[in-house]
Amino acid sequence: MTATTHPLPENYLNTAYGWRSWLLTTDHKRVALLYLISITLFFFLGGFFALLIRLELLTPAGDFVQAETYNKLFTMHGLIMIFFFLIPSIPSVLGNFLIPLMIGARDLAFPRVNLLSWYIYVIGGTFTLTAIVTGGVDTGWTFYTPYSSTYANSNVILTALGVFITGFSSILTGLNFIVTIHKMRAPGMVWFRLPLFVWAHYATSIIMILGTPVLAISIALIGIERIFHVGIFDPAIGGDPLLFQHLFWFYSHPAVYIMVLPAMGVVSELITCFSRKRIFGYSFIAFSSIAIAVLGFLVWGHHMFVSGQSPFAGVAFSMLSFLVAIPSGIKVFNWMATLYKGSISYDAPMLYALGFIGLFTIGGLTGLFLATLAVDVHMHDTYFVIAHFHYIMVGGAVMAYFGGIHFWWPKITGRLYPEGWARLAALVVFVGFNLTFFPQFLLGYLGMPRRYHAYPEEFQVWNVMSTAGASILGIGYLIPMIYLLWSLRYGRAAPSNPWDARGLEWQTASPPPTDNFETTPVVSNDPYDYGAPEKSERRAGEVAIV
Amino acid sequence: MTHQADSTGRYLVTFLALMVLLALTVAASFIHLGRLNWLAALSVSTVKTLLIAYYFMHLRTTSRLTWMAAVAGCVMLVILTALILTDSWTRSWLS
Amino acid sequence: MAHRKSLNDAPERLPLSESRALAHQFDDSLQQRDAATFGFWIFLTTEIMFFGGLFAGYVVYRNIYTDAFAEASRHLDIFWGTVNTAVLLFSSLTMALAVQSAQLGKQMRLVALLASTFLLGSVFLVIKFSEYAEKFREHLVPGISFALSGPHAAHAQIFFVLYFVMTGLHALHMIVGLVLIAVLIVMALTDSFSPEYHTPVETIGLYWHFVDVVWVFLFPILYLVDRSS
Repeated sequence: MTATTHPLPENYLNTAYGWRSWLLTTDHKRVALLYLISITLFFFLGGFFALLIRLELLTPAGDFVQAETYNKLFTMHGLIMIFFFLIPSIPSVLGNFLIPLMIGARDLAFPRVNLLSWYIYVIGGTFTLTAIVTGGVDTGWTFYTPYSSTYANSNVILTALGVFITGFSSILTGLNFIVTIHKMRAPGMVWFRLPLFVWAHYATSIIMILGTPVLAISIALIGIERIFHVGIFDPAIGGDPLLFQHLFWFYSHPAVYIMVLPAMGVVSELITCFSRKRIFGYSFIAFSSIAIAVLGFLVWGHHMFVSGQSPFAGVAFSMLSFLVAIPSGIKVFNWMATLYKGSISYDAPMLYALGFIGLFTIGGLTGLFLATLAVDVHMHDTYFVIAHFHYIMVGGAVMAYFGGIHFWWPKITGRLYPEGWARLAALVVFVGFNLTFFPQFLLGYLGMPRRYHAYPEEFQVWNVMSTAGASILGIGYLIPMIYLLWSLRYGRAAPSNPWDARGLEWQTASPPPTDNFETTPVVSNDPYDYGAPEKSERRAGEVAIV
Repeated sequence: MTHQADSTGRYLVTFLALMVLLALTVAASFIHLGRLNWLAALSVSTVKTLLIAYYFMHLRTTSRLTWMAAVAGCVMLVILTALILTDSWTRSWLS
Repeated sequence: MAHRKSLNDAPERLPLSESRALAHQFDDSLQQRDAATFGFWIFLTTEIMFFGGLFAGYVVYRNIYTDAFAEASRHLDIFWGTVNTAVLLFSSLTMALAVQSAQLGKQMRLVALLASTFLLGSVFLVIKFSEYAEKFREHLVPGISFALSGPHAAHAQIFFVLYFVMTGLHALHMIVGLVLIAVLIVMALTDSFSPEYHTPVETIGLYWHFVDVVWVFLFPILYLVDRSS
């Protein structure tokens, strides 16, 4: 049953056709779709490298690829997944699409800058892809000196250039979001009526603005050292390789919060909608997002406990790292309290959100193990670390991304996806994910180091389990590709609010018109006024705190 | 924010102050201050920056929100430098 | 520009010159100007962090290699460094007065002051590049031609890497600034600005002052480490 029996009203998709209307668009919703296509392509490329890694690790011997090739595989897997998939994913797709809608604006503050950010992303991606197909890079996504600056024989400069350029895409997105959220809110949309999705992206944007430039300069310095054969990290002239690590991780630690904060924003939206209950502790969740952004900048040295950093600095960073776990914990408690006595339905977005809560908690708690200086001495550079961050990045951020894509799919495309297949895919992803990565905690505990393509016999059973899980996980990711594409043509037409959710984005058509709203909305009720009517009869501006 | 133009005189006075500070910072470098040399230079540079930001860049008449953006960058820089120094200053303490 | 404003906008509030320059996502020109100013300061914050990484590296190494840095700094020409600082400060004055001219609608004064700023910026770059040439002649360019003797030679090389990278990055920003000022001059000559609309002049003015501020810090940390001996 298609929607072509009667003509659709004008919306952002059918208002203009042709290449130029897409490639020269300034409509934030179209830019979001441009990003959606690009990051999906990178997701599968990064996944392909993961597949090769897991194939090699099926057997203890390094018999599938050579060691140098393996180094390139994990480097490129990391670079692509972090810089070209995870960091842009939720902000550039869902954030771009939804933030103006959620605040009642016609577009972002700077629509042309938005389009520019996509082009910068594509150009940076092209440089990196060129580096990959012309021989690859093998320094690890972390580019540690002096290997990257002096000894590596791979395409370091080309890759560094790609990452450097793409960083500006991130910076421009963050800049746009901050100005938009401050200056473009509809009348009545005060800060404490904003959806938590918006708070999350505001915090994320702060990190993008303050952190990414430092990554840019540290990568530029590597390029300079490679080109001129001398630089400030060069031990031969008294340079300190650890300085690179400081500058690199000053960004790259907050970068993980760039990846997870938007995901938490999505989860807040999903949990409240599918519990039919106002979110518990709205202001706690809002402030904890800001706290994570701020504290996240103070902990980077926990990546360098065994690199030669002074133990005193190590102690300081360890204590600060414990602190940053607190706001994340606050969020998890608030989500649980929202679920409690809620009227819960298990639609696919909710399955992803619930999966997030469990898997993010495991990932986060294992982060505390690693933040403990004495434990990290044993765990550093083992599979324990890999399992830890994949629980957060994949079990957390990617699941939230899929949850968000499903939740807002009707709004974005005007189509409903097939719910049965979506729930199945969510379950397959959950099972596949745990089978892939839980054994890696055990492997790390048993001492298997990361970035090795060969390993002792006794680790094989866990590695086989992990590879099996990875293939299931891959299938779990492929299924939505199929039915989501299917739904574009054959999915039922979506009403403006298929979930009966709260939020301004649901009060306009699916898909929305180009200027988002027929008239600028005026906001007078609290966010998330689900649940019993009497609970939502509050004075204007009053917020449910705890 | 209002965009009534500042007076030419105000800009000229600011410029003269900047030139005086420039002379000051150059002169100070010839005095042996030892470990305080960097503090003197940093202080003068900071005052110059405040003058440029406040008058030339119109922070005087710009919203507090915009101030926050500038302040945030400076605070982050201090954090970056200070925490790196906690490593580099203490590295030899146990050896 | 297509203006699909919402129905509750009151178009008669906007004078014609403003509505022509009003982008559709904004409700009025004040919001647009506010957004542009705030947005540009955020961009300047990213620039603070970009240069900041280099400043952090400088602080670390000066702390460890204090004597080497002091000695290396004395190889820089304090006279031309001071002259350059004065030139840049003067160019900030002319830029600030240019913005003032735009606010007052004085087109010819605006063009003259922009041109002066451009000229002063060019003088700065000429002096800078001749300093670089001098350093090349003195064999003080790491990676290309570096020959220094003495106990601090190796660590002095770190100073010079920082010198070239930091002033080079600064010079790059100056060149971009000159291009932007040239664009402004063309726009001013084609009557693009008015007291109601001159946002590009203001934002590029901010950029220019920022580049000046960077130099205000670069000058003492590179040229004035210790001239007392």
